[in-house]
Amino acid sequence: MAVVRYQDATRTYPGTKAPAVDKLNLTIDDGEFLVLVGPSGSGKSTALRMLAGLEACDEGSIFIGDRDVTLVQPKDRDVAMVFQSYALYPHMTVAQNMGFPLRQQKVPKEERARQVMEAARILDLVEYLDRKPKQLSGGQRQRVAMGRAIVRHPQVFLMDEPLSNLDAKLRVQTRSELKDLQARLGVTTVYVTHDQVEAMTMGQRVAILDYGVMQQVAEPNTLYRYPANLFVAGFIGSPAMNLLPTTHEGDSVVFGSARVPVDAAVAEQLAKVGPGQLTIGIRPQGLEPGTAGVPAQVVVVEELGSETFVFVEMEHLGQSTRVRVRVDADFRVARGDQLFLKVLGPVHVFGPDGLRLKTPNETGD
Amino acid sequence: MNLTARDRALRGESRWGTAALGIVTWLVAALFFFPVFWMVLNSFKTELVANAKPVLFFEPTLERWQAVTEETRGLLSFSEAFSNSFFIVIVSTLIVLLLAIPAAYALSIYPIKGWRDVLFFFISTKFLPIVAAILPLWIIARDLGLLNTSQVLIILYTAMNLPLAIWMLRSFFGEVPRELIEAAQMDGTGLYGQIKDVMLPIVAPGIAATALLCFIFAWNEFFLAVQLNPVDSSTVPVWVSTNVTTRGNFMAKISAASTLAVLPVVIAGWLAQKRMIRGLSMGAIK
Repeated sequence: MAVVRYQDATRTYPGTKAPAVDKLNLTIDDGEFLVLVGPSGSGKSTALRMLAGLEACDEGSIFIGDRDVTLVQPKDRDVAMVFQSYALYPHMTVAQNMGFPLRQQKVPKEERARQVMEAARILDLVEYLDRKPKQLSGGQRQRVAMGRAIVRHPQVFLMDEPLSNLDAKLRVQTRSELKDLQARLGVTTVYVTHDQVEAMTMGQRVAILDYGVMQQVAEPNTLYRYPANLFVAGFIGSPAMNLLPTTHEGDSVVFGSARVPVDAAVAEQLAKVGPGQLTIGIRPQGLEPGTAGVPAQVVVVEELGSETFVFVEMEHLGQSTRVRVRVDADFRVARGDQLFLKVLGPVHVFGPDGLRLKTPNETGD
Repeated sequence: MNLTARDRALRGESRWGTAALGIVTWLVAALFFFPVFWMVLNSFKTELVANAKPVLFFEPTLERWQAVTEETRGLLSFSEAFSNSFFIVIVSTLIVLLLAIPAAYALSIYPIKGWRDVLFFFISTKFLPIVAAILPLWIIARDLGLLNTSQVLIILYTAMNLPLAIWMLRSFFGEVPRELIEAAQMDGTGLYGQIKDVMLPIVAPGIAATALLCFIFAWNEFFLAVQLNPVDSSTVPVWVSTNVTTRGNFMAKISAASTLAVLPVVIAGWLAQKRMIRGLSMGAIK
């Protein structure tokens, strides 16, 4: 168990110009479950593989505990990794797979068997110890991969999209099991996923990457309530936040025919930003159909059972613009209906540089 | 597998078309197998029967098998030829594997810049017809004092099979998912452990196939053997050819010698096949 620290860690793949990971600075606390999330090509897997030692760190350093591991080989880093494909050794039984790291450490046979059995008990694999990987289901293979990681009691767990090969139902179930297991073992964990729901539900903190650059690292709630910039605002939350280009008129920003007043601190910043495009961000939950407000035409209705999302088209800055609105499940609406949107908020305003204009009473971040 | 009429309809096959193709396949197979069958049959005949008009039914005898394995003073004997061949072929195949496995591993897992050129260079050594190189080879062998030794054939058979082995093994190694090697690295293995504990067991069927081919090529090689090593320590193909004499056509005896010569290859193939099938069914990674 240890603190993990990336310090200006940069990786540029040979033959490419743009770094895959660009000056990453990130500290992961002892025992923390940190999720690296981002779209494909964001550098999240590269960042993980740099910590594993499978990719070189071209500039900067990586520390595990007090030890600078930048130039240490993967086998000597004392980290365990769970791969997306599980990477189980096909010629070994479950017990041999799980005992393999211990065998490399020259752990005596009886001790090895004892530790494998202990891990198998935790992961409910005892009856499968003599099977080969191909005789197991996807979920069982995933657990074997976990078992191979936990038997050796490493300082850090690395997980590279370990649930993405499971079907949807099993994924949700395994998600909570994994989170529980990590909490019980208390091992520092770095978890990579492209799925923001997985990131939000599993991470104690979530780090968001885009084009190799860290966008924001915070607790899930903070990310949702106070996204640092346009990218985070659009990435976190399902369905996504409505983001519309806008202008301001005094202390208000334009949303269709409405003028939405903003916090005094934001208004102060609005006066300073000068010319350039602003963006207004309102989550589907921040809008409500009412008797008066911005007129809008219903285009698509998505009923989820517990709630309904409605795509509407409204007139905004002289253009027909599509926004998504959350309504209660018993709210009856059909394509072509006319609604009047009321802005409940919160309303986020992003400056021309894409950064969100902050309010003074924010916490976290 | 029994196909229903609807299965066939989906595949665009007709019952009669399938049957006709089956018959053609069997005919072609029989055509290829016939000379081998004829050779084995002839080896159990007496010279008189073997050289007369072909018959299917005759009184089988092991007399020619005995004659061919009899030792004659001053001539290369059956047992000498076989022990020479086994020694030369097995040693050269082992050396090939010893050199080709690391080379193929490096080329497929950690390819250097220009790895394609390296591969092409390996195979280009096979472009030259061996007959064009035989004179320099002979002179070099003579100057090194290697004529009529086992060593010269071991060296040449190793050189002959190495490019092929590297090509084959490289593609087998290439099929092993990279993540398995990375997993082994994370699990604390060094390069040697990755090759020994992870790579080799997985590509074992491929190695068996490669070794089998090297074995067959070296076992059957005649030209180099007869040019560089025709006397004391020569190999089975040379021994078979010694049964061709100027005193007449000993069909039955040559058939017996040839049957003996192909037996090790058939047995090796049969053993390797079992191993290959077991290996291939070992299962996928995901």
